[in-house]
Order: sequence, then C-alpha cells, then structure tokens
Amino acid sequence: MRKLSRLSRFNIASLALGLAFLYLPILILVIYSFNASRLVTVWGGWSLRWYHEFFGDRAMIEAAWMSLRVAASSATIATLLGTLAAVALSRGERFRGRTLFSGMLYAPLVMPEVITGLSLLLLFVALNAERGFWTVTIAHTTLTMCFVAVVVQSRLGSLDRSLEEAAMDLGCNPVRAFVAVTLPLIAPAIVAGWMLAFTLSLDDLVIASFTTGPGSATLPIRIYSEVRLGVKPEINAICTLVIALIAVVIVIASLASKLSSSQGESAAPL
Amino acid sequence: MSGRRIFARPARLAAIAPYVWMVLFFLVPFGFVLKISLSQTAIAQPPYEPVFDLTAGWEALRAAFAALSLDNFRLLASDDIYVFAYVRSLTVAVTATALLLLVGYPIAYGMARLPTRWQAVAMVLVIVPFWTSFLIRIYAWINILQHDGLLNQILLALHLVSQPVVWLSTDSAMYIGIVYSYLPFMILPLYATLAKMEPVLEEAASDLGAPPWQVFWLVTFPLSLPGVGAGVLLCFIPIVGEFVIPDLLAGSNSLMIGQTLWLEFFTNKDWPVASAAAIVLLVVLLVPLLLYERLQRRQLEQGR
Repeated sequence: MRKLSRLSRFNIASLALGLAFLYLPILILVIYSFNASRLVTVWGGWSLRWYHEFFGDRAMIEAAWMSLRVAASSATIATLLGTLAAVALSRGERFRGRTLFSGMLYAPLVMPEVITGLSLLLLFVALNAERGFWTVTIAHTTLTMCFVAVVVQSRLGSLDRSLEEAAMDLGCNPVRAFVAVTLPLIAPAIVAGWMLAFTLSLDDLVIASFTTGPGSATLPIRIYSEVRLGVKPEINAICTLVIALIAVVIVIASLASKLSSSQGESAAPL
Repeated sequence: MSGRRIFARPARLAAIAPYVWMVLFFLVPFGFVLKISLSQTAIAQPPYEPVFDLTAGWEALRAAFAALSLDNFRLLASDDIYVFAYVRSLTVAVTATALLLLVGYPIAYGMARLPTRWQAVAMVLVIVPFWTSFLIRIYAWINILQHDGLLNQILLALHLVSQPVVWLSTDSAMYIGIVYSYLPFMILPLYATLAKMEPVLEEAASDLGAPPWQVFWLVTFPLSLPGVGAGVLLCFIPIVGEFVIPDLLAGSNSLMIGQTLWLEFFTNKDWPVASAAAIVLLVVLLVPLLLYERLQRRQLEQGR
C-alpha cells in the first residue's frame, strides 16, 4: 500500500508562516523597547532609557501595583471557586440546577466583555458599593473562575476514578479520599488554572474599566489611555515588562503541567 | 458502584459556593441590565431613574410598572446609528471568522501532521501568545502599522509602494488585529479534531484514486466539522461584541455595537440606552451562545 507522506511542504510552510505571524509583532515590540531614540521608528542604539522613564512614572507604577494585587487576589478566589465547581460538575453526577450551573460557567468564556462589565457595574451601583479594588477583584473572579473550572474539569475527566473508589473501599470517607488521592493528582491543573486566571486578570481592560472607580485605574486602563494618544516608547517598555512577567508565569505553569503529564495522560487545554 | 454514589454527595455540596457566586455576580446583574434598559435617562448620579423601589409598597410598585417603557429599545430600532452598528458588528464578525478559518485551518492541519513529539511543542507555541496581553498584542500592531512603521518601511524599501500607505484607522488594520488576537481560539479546536482523525481514512481515499484536494474536501474537511464548529463559535461570539480592537485599529466613522455601548455609557452617560444595547446584543448572541454551551458541556462530560 502506498503511504501518503504525512508532512507536505504546504504543511511546513503554513506552520512556519503561522508561527512567524504570531510571534514577530511581539518580538518587534520587545526590541524597540530598548531603542534609545524617541522616534519609535528610528533606531538610535540600545538603551534602558524607557525603563527608567517607567519606574519614574508614579501613576503607572501605582496602576501596575493595583493590577498585580487584583490579579493575585482574584486568581486565588477564582481558583478556589473554580475547582469546587469542577469537582461538582465532574463528580456530582446529577443534581438539581446542574444545567443552569454549567451554563453560567461556560457562558462567560465567550460572553462579550462589554456585557459582563456593564451588568456587574449596574449591580455594584445598585448595591451602593464603593468602586475600586474589591469591585474589580469580584468582577475578575467571576470571569476567571470559569476558565479555572474548565481547566480543572478536563483534568478530573481524564483521571481514573477507580483510585478514589479504592481509597474509599479501604475506609476513607469521601472528603479524605478526595484530599489524599484526587487533590494531589489534579494539583498541577489547579496551579495552571491559577496562572491562567492571574494573566487573564492582568490583561483585562474592558471589565476593569466598567467596574473600577475614580483614582484606582489598573495597568491596562492606563496603557489604553496612553495608546489612544499614539505610540510612546515608554509603553513599549511597560509592555515588555508585562510580557516578561507573563513569560515567568508560563514557565512555572508549563513545569506544573509537565509534572501533571508525567503522572497521567494529557494536560489541561488552553 | 456504591463508591461513586457516596462520593457524589459531597461533590454536589462543592457546587454551593460557586453556584451562589455565579447567581449573584453573573445572573442577577442581567436583571439589573434589563431593569435599567426599561427606565428613563436622568441627569443624576447614577444617570438613570430608578424603576422601582421595593420599600414603597404595592401601589407604588404598580405605578412603577406602568412607568416602565420600551423607549430605549424604540430608540435603538429607529436610530440608524444603532441599526448600522449591529449590522456592522455582524458583518465584521462573519468576515473575521471566515478569515480566521482560512488562516487557522492550514496551521492546525500542519500541526496535526507533525510527528507526535513535535505536536506538543507546536501546541505550546500556539497557546503562548494567548497568554500575553490582548492590549499589548494590539499595541504591537499599532507600532507596525503606523504611518512610518515597519510595514511601510519594508514596502517602501522593496519599492512596492511609492509613498507610505495609510494602514491605521482602516478596516484592514482591524481585521489584521482580530485575526491576530483570535487565532489561537480557532487553531486549538481545529487541531484537537484533526489530531484525532485516523490517517488511514485519508490514505484509503488516496489509494482509491482521489487527488489530494478531493481527499481533503471529501474526507478530511467533513470529518473536522466538529472542530470547525467549535472554533467558529469561540471566535464569532466575542468578536460581535469586540470593543478594543475596532476602537484602536479601525476608523471612527462606522462603529461596532461594543463601541456604541461603550460610548453611550462612558461619554454620553446614557446608561439606559447602553443597557438596552447590551440586551439586544445578548438576544442576537443567544442562539450561538446556547450552541456553544452545549458543545462545551458535551466535550467536557464525554469522559464520564
């Protein structure tokens, strides 16, 4: 039997072009952040000038600090709630309101952010809540816990359930079986979920714009208002710093998922 | 097995906290959007007349219900700006999704044909840009597309154009931005179905004499339809309501609905109209949203 060659030249070309398309713009941005020239397009030699500028910009630093705090707190709450939701969906069999529950968890994944942002803001106004750190944190938790739930649920789905059942046959109660057997097995997915929630929160502009109050802008809000005024070399530097931070997060997450795949099969999606 | 059933009860209890959270912060807020979309604009803080005050008793409640109005929706339907914005959002979303499928399919197909060891690497490479900030990725393109940006410099150096082309504030810039930002969402579901496909099927078609394009069109593509569906929904739904990309890359003469909503809310401070726009957007997206929810649930619960 004649065998089709698996990888044609067309396949290789489309892969190479696709990856170049995905990475070149970011690479160019990073390189230009070290440009000494004020003109973004003229190369004036290597320099850390724009990084100095950023660290001297108090408003930017405050916004960055706010973003980091929101990202860390919302990711933590979201990981807790998302993991609980994933456990309920993949181990809870049937329960009343299950369809509504999964619907509420999957819809925010694709819901346009303007809708989520507007609706949460109207809730906060109705509750007369002071807008700032906590309102943004709650809003981001609501969005990101859905991503955590999907990541953890897909890991739970691929686990061999006879392990939990064996633990219970040996006398563990369900909670103990979960903590002793299931939790260590899904821990890498939980870590990956936290990282994903963290970066999504760090990244969000629209929902944060709706739910924050005066005087507590997040980094994307500040970046956005600067970008609207045109390209500034300082923004290149800030973006590069954010990319570097996220790169660290990704390395940790991929180490976690490597740990996960050495314990069982397929790692979590996204 | 009884172990399963014993395990299920505490697992169901785990639903309580996230359930309450999602009802409170996802479901209930839609009630407020609906409520405010039915009320009148007021020049106050917050800029809308409260529709009903539950403490005021039954009579007041009835009066409040009588005061509910569809004016905001009537405004949306009668004002060309809004009608155009909805039409434009849908057109942009359809075009962009088609482009994404066209760009994403060959990449996903190439990934699926890599040796297994390389497939994991390729998947990580596709996912990584998804982790870097949305805003930063758009900003990177502003750098490239601006008047004296890299693209124009290259085109001028190659003598393909005689003077700089205007890229920013055009639809082409917006489509580049959308395709760039949403590409991982299209590639991953496509790759997932293509990677699972039995290569024997394509080989059989080819052995029976089908030329490569026919193998693709009659065997590969139909078998990848579930992935196509997932990718299309995953891109189409958020693109309809997209705000950042058209705002930063497209011109300001024709707005998408996400932009009009933003404008009504932040610039005109007309919360009722913004809410009405959100409700209409939600209704437009209801069918694709339900389809997506079913697909996602089936995919995640298959393993059970």
